[in-house]
Amino acid sequence: MAPATRVPAVEGWFTTGDDGAAPALLGSRCTGCGTFAFPAEATYCRNPDCTSSSFETVELSRRGRIWSYTDARYQPPPPYRAADPYVPFCLAAVELAAERLVVMGQVVGGVTVDDLAVGDEVELVVDTLYSEDGCDYLVWKWRPLGATAPGGEA
Amino acid sequence: MPDDKKVAVLGAGMHEWGKWGRPFVEYGLAAARDALADAGLGWRDMQFVSGADTIRNGYPGFVSGATFAQALGWTGARVASVYAACASGAVAIANARAQILAGLCDVALVVGADTTPKGFFAPVGGDRKDDPDWLRFHLMGATNPTYFALYARRRMDRFGATEEDFAQVKVKNARHGLANPYARYRKEVTVDEVLSSPMVADPLRLLEICATSDGGAALVLSSLEFARRHAGGGAPLVTIDAVSTVTPTFPNTVIEMPNFSTDSAAASTGAPGAAAAGFRPSIATAAYAEAGIGPEDVSLAEVYDLSSALELDWYEDIGLCGEGEAEKLLRDGATSLGGRVPVNPSGGLSCFGEAIPAQAIAQVCECVWQLRGSATGHQVERATVAVTANQGLFGHGSSVLLSR
Repeated sequence: MAPATRVPAVEGWFTTGDDGAAPALLGSRCTGCGTFAFPAEATYCRNPDCTSSSFETVELSRRGRIWSYTDARYQPPPPYRAADPYVPFCLAAVELAAERLVVMGQVVGGVTVDDLAVGDEVELVVDTLYSEDGCDYLVWKWRPLGATAPGGEA
Repeated sequence: MPDDKKVAVLGAGMHEWGKWGRPFVEYGLAAARDALADAGLGWRDMQFVSGADTIRNGYPGFVSGATFAQALGWTGARVASVYAACASGAVAIANARAQILAGLCDVALVVGADTTPKGFFAPVGGDRKDDPDWLRFHLMGATNPTYFALYARRRMDRFGATEEDFAQVKVKNARHGLANPYARYRKEVTVDEVLSSPMVADPLRLLEICATSDGGAALVLSSLEFARRHAGGGAPLVTIDAVSTVTPTFPNTVIEMPNFSTDSAAASTGAPGAAAAGFRPSIATAAYAEAGIGPEDVSLAEVYDLSSALELDWYEDIGLCGEGEAEKLLRDGATSLGGRVPVNPSGGLSCFGEAIPAQAIAQVCECVWQLRGSATGHQVERATVAVTANQGLFGHGSSVLLSR
Protein backbone atom coordinates (compact mmCIF):
# COMPACT_ATOMS: atom_id res chain seq x y z
CA MET A 1 0.00 0.00 0.00
CA ALA A 2 1.33 3.44 -0.91
CA PRO A 3 2.28 5.61 2.05
CA ALA A 4 -0.35 8.15 2.94
CA THR A 5 0.06 11.63 1.52
CA ARG A 6 0.83 14.10 4.30
CA VAL A 7 -1.43 17.15 4.16
CA PRO A 8 -1.63 19.97 6.72
CA ALA A 9 -5.16 20.03 8.19
CA VAL A 10 -5.03 23.80 7.83
CA GLU A 11 -3.01 25.70 5.24
CA GLY A 12 -0.19 28.02 6.27
CA TRP A 13 -0.38 27.69 10.05
CA PHE A 14 2.73 25.55 10.55
CA THR A 15 5.60 23.88 8.75
CA THR A 16 5.47 20.10 8.62
CA GLY A 17 9.16 19.35 8.96
CA ASP A 18 8.98 17.25 5.79
CA ASP A 19 11.89 19.22 4.33
CA GLY A 20 14.14 18.01 7.12
CA ALA A 21 13.91 21.20 9.17
CA ALA A 22 12.24 21.10 12.57
CA PRO A 23 8.50 21.85 12.36
CA ALA A 24 7.26 25.19 13.66
CA LEU A 25 4.13 27.28 14.01
CA LEU A 26 3.90 30.10 11.50
CA GLY A 27 2.87 33.38 13.06
CA SER A 28 3.13 36.98 12.04
CA ARG A 29 5.29 39.76 13.37
CA CYS A 30 4.16 43.33 12.85
CA THR A 31 6.95 45.26 11.16
CA GLY A 32 5.69 48.41 12.86
CA CYS A 33 5.68 47.44 16.54
CA GLY A 34 6.92 43.85 16.76
CA THR A 35 3.64 42.34 18.00
CA PHE A 36 3.34 38.64 17.22
CA ALA A 37 0.13 36.86 16.32
CA PHE A 38 -0.91 33.27 15.83
CA PRO A 39 -2.54 32.41 13.53
CA ALA A 40 -0.83 35.06 11.44
CA GLU A 41 -2.49 38.44 11.00
CA ALA A 42 -2.47 39.84 7.48
CA THR A 43 -4.65 42.95 7.69
CA TYR A 44 -4.34 44.67 11.06
CA CYS A 45 -2.12 44.80 14.10
CA ARG A 46 -3.90 44.13 17.38
CA ASN A 47 -1.88 46.78 19.17
CA PRO A 48 -4.22 49.80 19.55
CA ASP A 49 -1.24 52.15 19.31
CA CYS A 50 -0.03 50.70 15.99
CA THR A 51 -1.56 51.36 12.58
CA SER A 52 0.87 49.25 10.60
CA SER A 53 -0.50 46.82 8.06
CA SER A 54 2.82 45.26 7.19
CA PHE A 55 3.65 41.83 8.57
CA GLU A 56 6.36 39.26 8.18
CA THR A 57 5.73 35.55 8.55
CA VAL A 58 7.87 34.10 11.32
CA GLU A 59 8.42 30.68 12.83
CA LEU A 60 7.40 30.82 16.50
CA SER A 61 9.50 29.35 19.29
CA ARG A 62 9.40 25.57 19.15
CA ARG A 63 9.59 25.22 22.90
CA GLY A 64 7.50 26.70 25.65
CA ARG A 65 6.15 26.10 29.12
CA ILE A 66 2.71 24.79 30.04
CA TRP A 67 0.40 27.61 31.18
CA SER A 68 -2.38 25.14 31.87
CA TYR A 69 -3.68 21.81 30.60
CA THR A 70 -6.68 19.50 30.54
CA ASP A 71 -8.05 16.56 28.60
CA ALA A 72 -11.09 15.62 26.53
CA ARG A 73 -12.75 12.58 28.08
CA TYR A 74 -15.78 12.78 25.80
CA GLN A 75 -15.58 12.76 22.03
CA PRO A 76 -15.75 16.36 20.78
CA PRO A 77 -18.52 17.06 18.25
CA PRO A 78 -17.83 17.55 14.51
CA PRO A 79 -15.97 19.11 12.80
CA TYR A 80 -13.55 17.18 15.05
CA ARG A 81 -12.84 13.85 13.31
CA ALA A 82 -12.42 11.37 16.09
CA ALA A 83 -10.87 7.95 15.75
CA ASP A 84 -13.24 5.01 16.21
CA PRO A 85 -13.13 3.95 18.98
CA TYR A 86 -12.55 7.36 20.49
CA VAL A 87 -9.29 7.80 22.38
CA PRO A 88 -9.19 10.70 24.89
CA PHE A 89 -6.36 13.18 24.49
CA CYS A 90 -4.81 16.02 26.45
CA LEU A 91 -4.69 19.69 25.49
CA ALA A 92 -2.23 22.28 26.70
CA ALA A 93 -1.98 26.05 26.59
CA VAL A 94 1.70 26.80 26.21
CA GLU A 95 3.50 30.05 26.98
CA LEU A 96 6.16 31.08 24.45
CA ALA A 97 8.68 33.29 26.20
CA ALA A 98 10.08 35.22 23.24
CA GLU A 99 6.69 36.00 21.70
CA ARG A 100 5.02 36.53 25.08
CA LEU A 101 1.88 34.73 24.03
CA VAL A 102 0.09 31.51 24.90
CA VAL A 103 -0.78 28.97 22.19
CA MET A 104 -3.09 26.01 22.58
CA GLY A 105 -2.77 22.62 21.01
CA GLN A 106 -3.34 18.94 21.58
CA VAL A 107 -0.70 17.04 23.48
CA VAL A 108 0.76 14.00 21.71
CA GLY A 109 -0.95 10.65 22.25
CA GLY A 110 -0.04 8.44 25.17
CA VAL A 111 0.18 11.36 27.60
CA THR A 112 -2.34 11.72 30.42
CA VAL A 113 -2.96 14.71 32.69
CA ASP A 114 -0.98 12.89 35.36
CA ASP A 115 2.11 13.31 33.18
CA LEU A 116 1.67 17.10 32.97
CA ALA A 117 2.22 20.06 35.28
CA VAL A 118 1.98 23.82 34.91
CA GLY A 119 5.45 25.14 34.04
CA ASP A 120 6.64 21.93 32.35
CA GLU A 121 8.63 22.43 29.19
CA VAL A 122 7.11 21.14 25.96
CA GLU A 123 8.20 21.00 22.35
CA LEU A 124 6.24 21.41 19.14
CA VAL A 125 5.83 18.38 16.92
CA VAL A 126 3.69 17.65 13.88
CA ASP A 127 1.43 14.64 14.13
CA THR A 128 -1.56 13.10 12.39
CA LEU A 129 -4.89 14.63 13.38
CA TYR A 130 -6.96 12.20 11.28
CA SER A 131 -6.58 10.03 8.18
CA GLU A 132 -9.01 10.00 5.29
CA ASP A 133 -8.95 8.85 1.62
CA GLY A 134 -5.27 7.95 1.65
CA CYS A 135 -4.21 11.20 3.28
CA ASP A 136 -2.84 11.87 6.73
CA TYR A 137 -4.09 15.27 7.83
CA LEU A 138 -1.45 16.88 10.01
CA VAL A 139 -1.61 19.27 12.94
CA TRP A 140 0.80 20.68 15.51
CA LYS A 141 0.89 19.08 18.94
CA TRP A 142 2.87 19.61 22.12
CA ARG A 143 5.20 16.93 23.40
CA PRO A 144 6.46 17.03 26.97
CA LEU A 145 10.24 17.13 27.23
CA GLY A 146 11.71 14.64 29.60
CA ALA A 147 13.33 11.27 29.48
CA THR A 148 10.18 9.19 29.74
CA ALA A 149 7.94 11.37 27.63
CA PRO A 150 5.99 9.40 25.01
CA GLY A 151 6.33 9.95 21.29
CA GLY A 152 4.65 11.60 18.38
CA GLU A 153 6.88 12.25 15.43
CA ALA A 154 9.36 15.04 15.80
CA MET B 1 -24.28 57.78 43.61
CA PRO B 2 -25.36 60.26 40.94
CA ASP B 3 -29.00 59.96 39.93
CA ASP B 4 -28.29 60.92 36.34
CA LYS B 5 -26.92 57.44 35.60
CA LYS B 6 -29.78 55.53 37.22
CA VAL B 7 -32.78 53.90 35.66
CA ALA B 8 -35.61 52.29 37.60
CA VAL B 9 -36.51 48.63 37.34
CA LEU B 10 -40.29 48.62 37.41
CA GLY B 11 -40.79 45.00 36.48
CA ALA B 12 -38.93 41.71 36.31
CA GLY B 13 -40.23 38.49 34.83
CA MET B 14 -38.93 35.07 33.89
CA HIS B 15 -40.06 31.87 32.26
CA GLU B 16 -38.84 28.82 34.12
CA TRP B 17 -35.59 27.30 32.77
CA GLY B 18 -35.77 23.77 31.34
CA LYS B 19 -35.33 21.76 28.18
CA TRP B 20 -38.42 21.57 26.05
CA GLY B 21 -37.22 22.60 22.60
CA ARG B 22 -40.20 24.89 22.00
CA PRO B 23 -39.84 28.17 20.05
CA PHE B 24 -37.86 30.77 21.98
CA VAL B 25 -40.63 33.33 21.37
CA GLU B 26 -42.88 31.43 23.75
CA TYR B 27 -40.42 31.77 26.64
CA GLY B 28 -39.68 35.43 25.93
CA LEU B 29 -43.35 36.28 25.64
CA ALA B 30 -44.15 34.66 28.99
CA ALA B 31 -41.26 36.52 30.64
CA ALA B 32 -42.30 39.83 29.04
CA ARG B 33 -45.90 39.47 30.20
CA ASP B 34 -44.70 38.66 33.73
CA ALA B 35 -42.42 41.69 33.74
CA LEU B 36 -45.22 43.95 32.50
CA ALA B 37 -47.61 42.60 35.13
CA ASP B 38 -44.94 43.05 37.78
CA ALA B 39 -44.55 46.67 36.67
CA GLY B 40 -48.29 47.24 36.61
CA LEU B 41 -47.99 48.45 33.04
CA GLY B 42 -49.41 47.31 29.73
CA TRP B 43 -47.56 46.40 26.56
CA ARG B 44 -48.96 49.54 24.91
CA ASP B 45 -47.10 51.64 27.50
CA MET B 46 -43.72 50.39 26.21
CA GLN B 47 -42.01 52.97 24.03
CA PHE B 48 -38.90 50.94 23.25
CA VAL B 49 -38.20 47.21 22.96
CA SER B 50 -34.66 45.99 23.45
CA GLY B 51 -34.03 42.37 22.47
CA ALA B 52 -31.10 40.02 23.09
CA ASP B 53 -30.73 37.83 20.00
CA THR B 54 -30.60 34.06 20.19
CA ILE B 55 -27.31 32.29 19.63
CA ARG B 56 -26.68 29.50 17.15
CA ASN B 57 -23.28 27.81 17.16
CA GLY B 58 -21.60 30.81 18.73
CA TYR B 59 -22.99 33.32 16.25
CA PRO B 60 -26.18 35.42 16.06
CA GLY B 61 -29.31 33.34 15.64
CA PHE B 62 -32.80 34.83 15.43
CA VAL B 63 -33.73 38.49 15.59
CA SER B 64 -35.26 39.12 18.98
CA GLY B 65 -36.59 42.66 19.47
CA ALA B 66 -38.94 42.84 16.51
CA THR B 67 -39.93 39.19 16.97
CA PHE B 68 -41.11 39.86 20.52
CA ALA B 69 -42.75 43.12 19.45
CA GLN B 70 -44.72 41.28 16.79
CA ALA B 71 -45.63 38.49 19.19
CA LEU B 72 -46.94 41.06 21.69
CA GLY B 73 -48.74 42.82 18.82
CA TRP B 74 -47.35 45.68 16.72
CA THR B 75 -47.80 49.01 18.50
CA GLY B 76 -45.25 51.10 16.64
CA ALA B 77 -42.81 50.93 19.57
CA ARG B 78 -39.20 51.55 18.60
CA VAL B 79 -36.97 48.54 18.60
CA ALA B 80 -33.39 47.30 18.69
CA SER B 81 -31.80 43.87 18.81
CA VAL B 82 -28.31 43.05 19.88
CA TYR B 83 -25.93 40.11 19.77
CA ALA B 84 -23.04 39.88 22.22
CA ALA B 85 -22.98 36.12 22.92
CA CYS B 86 -23.35 35.48 26.68
CA ALA B 87 -23.31 39.24 27.28
CA SER B 88 -26.25 39.91 24.93
CA GLY B 89 -28.70 40.47 27.78
CA ALA B 90 -26.50 43.08 29.43
CA VAL B 91 -26.01 44.92 26.16
CA ALA B 92 -29.78 44.87 25.61
CA ILE B 93 -30.14 46.42 29.08
CA ALA B 94 -27.43 48.96 28.25
CA ASN B 95 -29.26 49.97 25.06
CA ALA B 96 -32.57 50.47 26.85
CA ARG B 97 -30.82 52.39 29.61
CA ALA B 98 -29.10 54.66 27.11
CA GLN B 99 -32.42 55.46 25.41
CA ILE B 100 -33.95 56.32 28.78
CA LEU B 101 -30.99 58.35 30.09
CA ALA B 102 -30.84 60.26 26.81
CA GLY B 103 -34.49 61.19 27.24
CA LEU B 104 -35.48 59.46 24.03
CA CYS B 105 -38.01 57.32 25.87
CA ASP B 106 -39.43 57.01 29.38
CA VAL B 107 -40.06 53.30 29.64
CA ALA B 108 -38.67 50.27 27.83
CA LEU B 109 -39.03 46.51 27.70
CA VAL B 110 -35.92 44.30 27.62
CA VAL B 111 -36.35 40.65 26.59
CA GLY B 112 -34.07 37.69 25.99
CA ALA B 113 -34.96 34.04 25.43
CA ASP B 114 -33.59 30.96 23.75
CA THR B 115 -34.10 27.29 23.09
CA THR B 116 -30.95 25.19 22.91
CA PRO B 117 -29.79 21.92 21.37
CA LYS B 118 -28.54 19.02 23.52
CA GLY B 119 -24.92 18.35 24.38
CA PHE B 120 -21.75 20.35 23.81
CA PHE B 121 -22.14 23.63 22.00
CA ALA B 122 -20.92 22.75 18.50
CA PRO B 123 -19.87 25.11 15.74
CA VAL B 124 -21.68 25.87 12.49
CA GLY B 125 -21.74 22.96 10.00
CA GLY B 126 -19.85 22.76 6.70
CA ASP B 127 -16.25 23.76 6.04
CA ARG B 128 -15.48 27.10 7.68
CA LYS B 129 -11.73 27.33 7.54
CA ASP B 130 -11.71 31.06 8.24
CA ASP B 131 -13.82 30.74 11.41
CA PRO B 132 -11.79 30.31 14.61
CA ASP B 133 -14.79 28.78 16.36
CA TRP B 134 -15.06 26.06 13.68
CA LEU B 135 -11.30 25.58 13.55
CA ARG B 136 -10.81 25.09 17.29
CA PHE B 137 -13.16 22.11 17.17
CA HIS B 138 -11.65 20.80 13.94
CA LEU B 139 -7.95 21.20 14.71
CA MET B 140 -7.89 20.68 18.48
CA GLY B 141 -11.21 19.16 19.56
CA ALA B 142 -11.35 22.07 21.99
CA THR B 143 -14.89 22.33 23.43
CA ASN B 144 -16.10 25.04 25.80
CA PRO B 145 -15.31 22.89 28.87
CA THR B 146 -11.72 22.66 27.58
CA TYR B 147 -11.27 26.34 28.25
CA PHE B 148 -13.08 26.22 31.63
CA ALA B 149 -10.78 23.36 32.63
CA LEU B 150 -7.65 25.30 31.71
CA TYR B 151 -8.71 28.02 34.17
CA ALA B 152 -9.61 25.45 36.84
CA ARG B 153 -6.28 23.65 36.57
CA ARG B 154 -4.47 26.94 36.80
CA ARG B 155 -6.25 27.74 40.09
CA MET B 156 -5.14 24.39 41.47
CA ASP B 157 -1.58 25.00 40.44
CA ARG B 158 -1.31 28.63 41.48
CA PHE B 159 -3.52 28.79 44.56
CA GLY B 160 -3.82 25.24 45.82
CA ALA B 161 -7.49 24.89 44.92
CA THR B 162 -8.71 21.33 45.26
CA GLU B 163 -11.29 19.24 43.46
CA GLU B 164 -13.25 19.37 46.70
CA ASP B 165 -13.30 23.18 46.59
CA PHE B 166 -14.79 23.06 43.12
CA ALA B 167 -17.33 20.46 44.28
CA GLN B 168 -18.26 22.69 47.23
CA VAL B 169 -19.23 25.47 44.82
CA LYS B 170 -21.67 23.09 43.17
CA VAL B 171 -23.00 21.92 46.53
CA LYS B 172 -23.56 25.53 47.62
CA ASN B 173 -25.31 26.58 44.43
CA ALA B 174 -27.50 23.47 44.39
CA ARG B 175 -28.65 24.39 47.90
CA HIS B 176 -29.26 28.01 46.89
CA GLY B 177 -31.41 27.01 43.94
CA LEU B 178 -33.65 24.61 45.86
CA ALA B 179 -36.38 27.17 46.51
CA ASN B 180 -36.03 29.08 43.25
CA PRO B 181 -39.16 28.44 41.17
CA TYR B 182 -37.36 29.43 37.95
CA ALA B 183 -34.40 27.06 38.36
CA ARG B 184 -34.22 23.97 36.14
CA TYR B 185 -32.34 21.81 38.65
CA ARG B 186 -33.71 21.90 42.19
CA LYS B 187 -31.94 19.07 43.94
CA GLU B 188 -29.30 19.02 46.65
CA VAL B 189 -26.04 17.29 45.83
CA THR B 190 -23.20 16.15 48.06
CA VAL B 191 -19.47 16.57 47.52
CA ASP B 192 -19.25 12.80 47.00
CA GLU B 193 -21.90 12.89 44.30
CA VAL B 194 -20.05 15.69 42.50
CA LEU B 195 -16.70 13.93 42.79
CA SER B 196 -18.12 10.65 41.54
CA SER B 197 -19.78 12.20 38.47
CA PRO B 198 -17.88 11.51 35.22
CA MET B 199 -14.78 13.54 34.43
CA VAL B 200 -15.40 15.69 31.35
CA ALA B 201 -12.34 17.90 31.09
CA ASP B 202 -9.91 17.24 33.92
CA PRO B 203 -10.33 18.54 36.66
CA LEU B 204 -13.96 19.37 35.87
CA ARG B 205 -16.72 16.81 36.19
CA LEU B 206 -20.16 16.54 34.66
CA LEU B 207 -21.97 18.06 37.65
CA GLU B 208 -19.60 21.05 37.63
CA ILE B 209 -20.19 22.15 34.05
CA CYS B 210 -23.24 24.19 33.23
CA ALA B 211 -25.87 22.65 30.99
CA THR B 212 -27.57 24.36 28.07
CA SER B 213 -31.18 25.29 28.75
CA ASP B 214 -34.33 26.88 27.41
CA GLY B 215 -35.55 29.95 29.24
CA GLY B 216 -36.63 33.56 29.02
CA ALA B 217 -36.21 36.72 31.09
CA ALA B 218 -37.50 40.27 30.81
CA LEU B 219 -37.32 43.65 32.52
CA VAL B 220 -39.34 46.84 32.39
CA LEU B 221 -37.00 49.81 32.83
CA SER B 222 -37.92 53.48 33.14
CA SER B 223 -36.60 56.90 33.98
CA LEU B 224 -36.60 57.80 37.68
CA GLU B 225 -39.15 60.51 36.92
CA PHE B 226 -41.49 58.04 35.24
CA ALA B 227 -41.03 55.69 38.20
CA ARG B 228 -41.94 58.44 40.68
CA ARG B 229 -45.08 59.32 38.74
CA HIS B 230 -46.01 55.71 38.38
CA ALA B 231 -45.05 54.70 41.92
CA GLY B 232 -47.36 52.16 43.41
CA GLY B 233 -47.01 49.11 45.61
CA GLY B 234 -45.01 48.69 48.78
CA ALA B 235 -41.86 47.18 47.30
CA PRO B 236 -38.77 49.42 47.44
CA LEU B 237 -37.74 50.93 44.12
CA VAL B 238 -34.77 49.10 42.66
CA THR B 239 -32.48 50.97 40.28
CA ILE B 240 -29.80 49.96 37.80
CA ASP B 241 -26.88 52.23 38.65
CA ALA B 242 -24.23 51.08 36.20
CA VAL B 243 -23.87 48.77 33.21
CA SER B 244 -20.45 47.66 32.02
CA THR B 245 -20.12 46.31 28.49
CA VAL B 246 -16.34 46.66 28.21
CA THR B 247 -14.10 44.95 25.69
CA PRO B 248 -10.65 43.63 26.64
CA THR B 249 -7.55 45.79 26.86
CA PHE B 250 -4.56 44.86 24.68
CA PRO B 251 -2.62 42.72 25.32
CA ASN B 252 -5.22 40.25 26.57
CA THR B 253 -2.90 37.55 27.86
CA VAL B 254 -5.46 35.02 29.09
CA ILE B 255 -6.52 32.36 26.59
CA GLU B 256 -10.20 32.81 25.71
CA MET B 257 -12.80 30.87 23.77
CA PRO B 258 -12.73 30.36 20.83
CA ASN B 259 -9.13 31.47 20.27
CA PHE B 260 -5.99 29.48 19.55
CA SER B 261 -3.73 31.98 21.25
CA THR B 262 -3.63 35.06 23.42
CA ASP B 263 -2.47 38.48 22.36
CA SER B 264 1.28 38.87 22.34
CA ALA B 265 2.67 41.14 25.05
CA ALA B 266 6.00 41.37 23.23
CA ALA B 267 5.55 44.94 22.11
CA SER B 268 3.00 46.20 24.59
CA THR B 269 3.08 49.97 24.71
CA GLY B 270 0.10 50.34 27.00
CA ALA B 271 0.50 51.76 30.48
CA PRO B 272 2.38 49.29 32.68
CA GLY B 273 -0.09 47.19 34.62
CA ALA B 274 -3.05 48.44 32.62
CA ALA B 275 -3.73 45.06 31.12
CA ALA B 276 -1.91 43.01 33.73
CA ALA B 277 -5.10 42.33 35.67
CA GLY B 278 -6.74 40.86 32.59
CA PHE B 279 -10.13 41.15 30.96
CA ARG B 280 -12.38 39.47 33.52
CA PRO B 281 -11.36 41.75 36.41
CA SER B 282 -11.89 44.83 34.24
CA ILE B 283 -15.57 44.00 33.69
CA ALA B 284 -16.99 44.73 37.15
CA THR B 285 -14.31 47.35 37.84
CA ALA B 286 -15.86 49.47 35.09
CA ALA B 287 -19.31 49.08 36.64
CA TYR B 288 -18.06 50.03 40.11
CA ALA B 289 -16.31 53.08 38.67
CA GLU B 290 -19.44 54.18 36.83
CA ALA B 291 -21.56 53.92 39.98
CA GLY B 292 -18.90 55.37 42.26
CA ILE B 293 -18.99 52.46 44.68
CA GLY B 294 -16.73 49.50 45.41
CA PRO B 295 -16.97 45.77 46.02
CA GLU B 296 -17.10 46.41 49.78
CA ASP B 297 -20.58 47.90 49.25
CA VAL B 298 -21.96 44.76 47.61
CA SER B 299 -24.55 42.63 49.45
CA LEU B 300 -24.74 39.85 46.88
CA ALA B 301 -23.46 38.84 43.47
CA GLU B 302 -24.77 36.83 40.55
CA VAL B 303 -21.81 35.58 38.52
CA TYR B 304 -21.42 33.35 35.49
CA ASP B 305 -20.52 29.93 36.89
CA LEU B 306 -20.04 28.19 33.55
CA SER B 307 -18.03 25.83 35.71
CA SER B 308 -17.84 25.43 39.48
CA ALA B 309 -14.20 26.55 39.41
CA LEU B 310 -14.97 29.62 37.33
CA GLU B 311 -17.17 30.96 40.14
CA LEU B 312 -14.02 31.15 42.28
CA ASP B 313 -12.26 33.20 39.59
CA TRP B 314 -15.21 35.60 39.63
CA TYR B 315 -14.92 36.16 43.43
CA GLU B 316 -11.56 37.73 42.75
CA ASP B 317 -12.52 39.36 39.47
CA ILE B 318 -15.42 41.28 41.06
CA GLY B 319 -13.28 42.24 44.05
CA LEU B 320 -14.88 40.16 46.81
CA CYS B 321 -11.39 39.02 47.82
CA GLY B 322 -7.79 39.26 46.65
CA GLU B 323 -6.15 37.00 44.10
CA GLY B 324 -5.75 33.47 45.41
CA GLU B 325 -8.19 34.04 48.29
CA ALA B 326 -11.38 32.71 46.71
CA GLU B 327 -11.07 29.21 48.12
CA LYS B 328 -10.82 30.64 51.64
CA LEU B 329 -13.86 32.85 51.05
CA LEU B 330 -15.81 29.78 49.93
CA ARG B 331 -14.56 27.54 52.74
CA ASP B 332 -15.46 30.23 55.31
CA GLY B 333 -19.02 30.24 54.03
CA ALA B 334 -18.88 33.94 53.11
CA THR B 335 -20.46 33.30 49.73
CA SER B 336 -23.24 31.01 50.99
CA LEU B 337 -26.69 32.28 51.93
CA GLY B 338 -26.27 33.65 55.45
CA GLY B 339 -22.65 34.57 54.74
CA ARG B 340 -21.08 38.00 54.31
CA VAL B 341 -21.69 38.28 50.57
CA PRO B 342 -23.73 35.43 49.08
CA VAL B 343 -22.80 34.59 45.50
CA ASN B 344 -25.39 33.12 43.14
CA PRO B 345 -28.26 33.06 45.63
CA SER B 346 -30.41 32.12 42.61
CA GLY B 347 -28.47 28.87 42.30
CA GLY B 348 -26.54 30.29 39.36
CA LEU B 349 -25.92 28.55 36.08
CA SER B 350 -25.36 25.45 38.16
CA CYS B 351 -29.12 25.27 38.79
CA PHE B 352 -30.30 27.00 35.64
CA GLY B 353 -28.07 25.89 32.81
CA GLU B 354 -27.43 28.52 30.23
CA ALA B 355 -30.15 30.09 28.07
CA ILE B 356 -27.67 32.52 26.64
CA PRO B 357 -29.57 35.69 25.63
CA ALA B 358 -31.79 35.38 28.70
CA GLN B 359 -29.04 34.70 31.20
CA ALA B 360 -27.62 38.17 31.87
CA ILE B 361 -31.19 39.48 32.15
CA ALA B 362 -32.06 36.64 34.53
CA GLN B 363 -29.10 37.63 36.71
CA VAL B 364 -30.61 41.11 36.96
CA CYS B 365 -34.11 39.72 37.68
CA GLU B 366 -32.68 37.78 40.61
CA CYS B 367 -30.94 40.89 41.93
CA VAL B 368 -34.20 42.86 41.67
CA TRP B 369 -36.09 40.29 43.73
CA GLN B 370 -33.26 40.11 46.26
CA LEU B 371 -33.18 43.89 46.67
CA ARG B 372 -36.96 44.02 47.03
CA GLY B 373 -36.77 41.31 49.67
CA SER B 374 -39.06 39.00 47.73
CA ALA B 375 -36.69 36.10 46.99
CA THR B 376 -38.67 33.65 49.09
CA GLY B 377 -36.61 30.75 50.36
CA HIS B 378 -33.31 32.11 49.10
CA GLN B 379 -33.40 35.69 50.37
CA VAL B 380 -30.17 37.52 51.21
CA GLU B 381 -30.86 39.47 54.40
CA ARG B 382 -30.76 43.28 54.23
CA ALA B 383 -29.54 43.34 50.67
CA THR B 384 -28.97 46.88 49.40
CA VAL B 385 -26.48 46.57 46.51
CA ALA B 386 -26.13 43.73 44.00
CA VAL B 387 -23.69 43.11 41.19
CA THR B 388 -23.84 40.77 38.21
CA ALA B 389 -20.91 39.67 36.09
CA ASN B 390 -20.44 37.64 32.96
CA GLN B 391 -18.31 37.43 29.88
CA GLY B 392 -19.40 36.71 26.31
CA LEU B 393 -17.50 35.15 23.41
CA PHE B 394 -15.45 37.43 21.17
CA GLY B 395 -14.64 40.01 23.87
CA HIS B 396 -17.91 41.02 25.51
CA GLY B 397 -17.88 42.09 29.14
CA SER B 398 -21.11 42.31 31.11
CA SER B 399 -21.71 43.65 34.59
CA VAL B 400 -24.76 45.36 36.05
CA LEU B 401 -24.90 47.15 39.41
CA LEU B 402 -28.23 47.53 41.17
CA SER B 403 -29.31 49.12 44.44
CA ARG B 404 -32.39 50.04 46.39
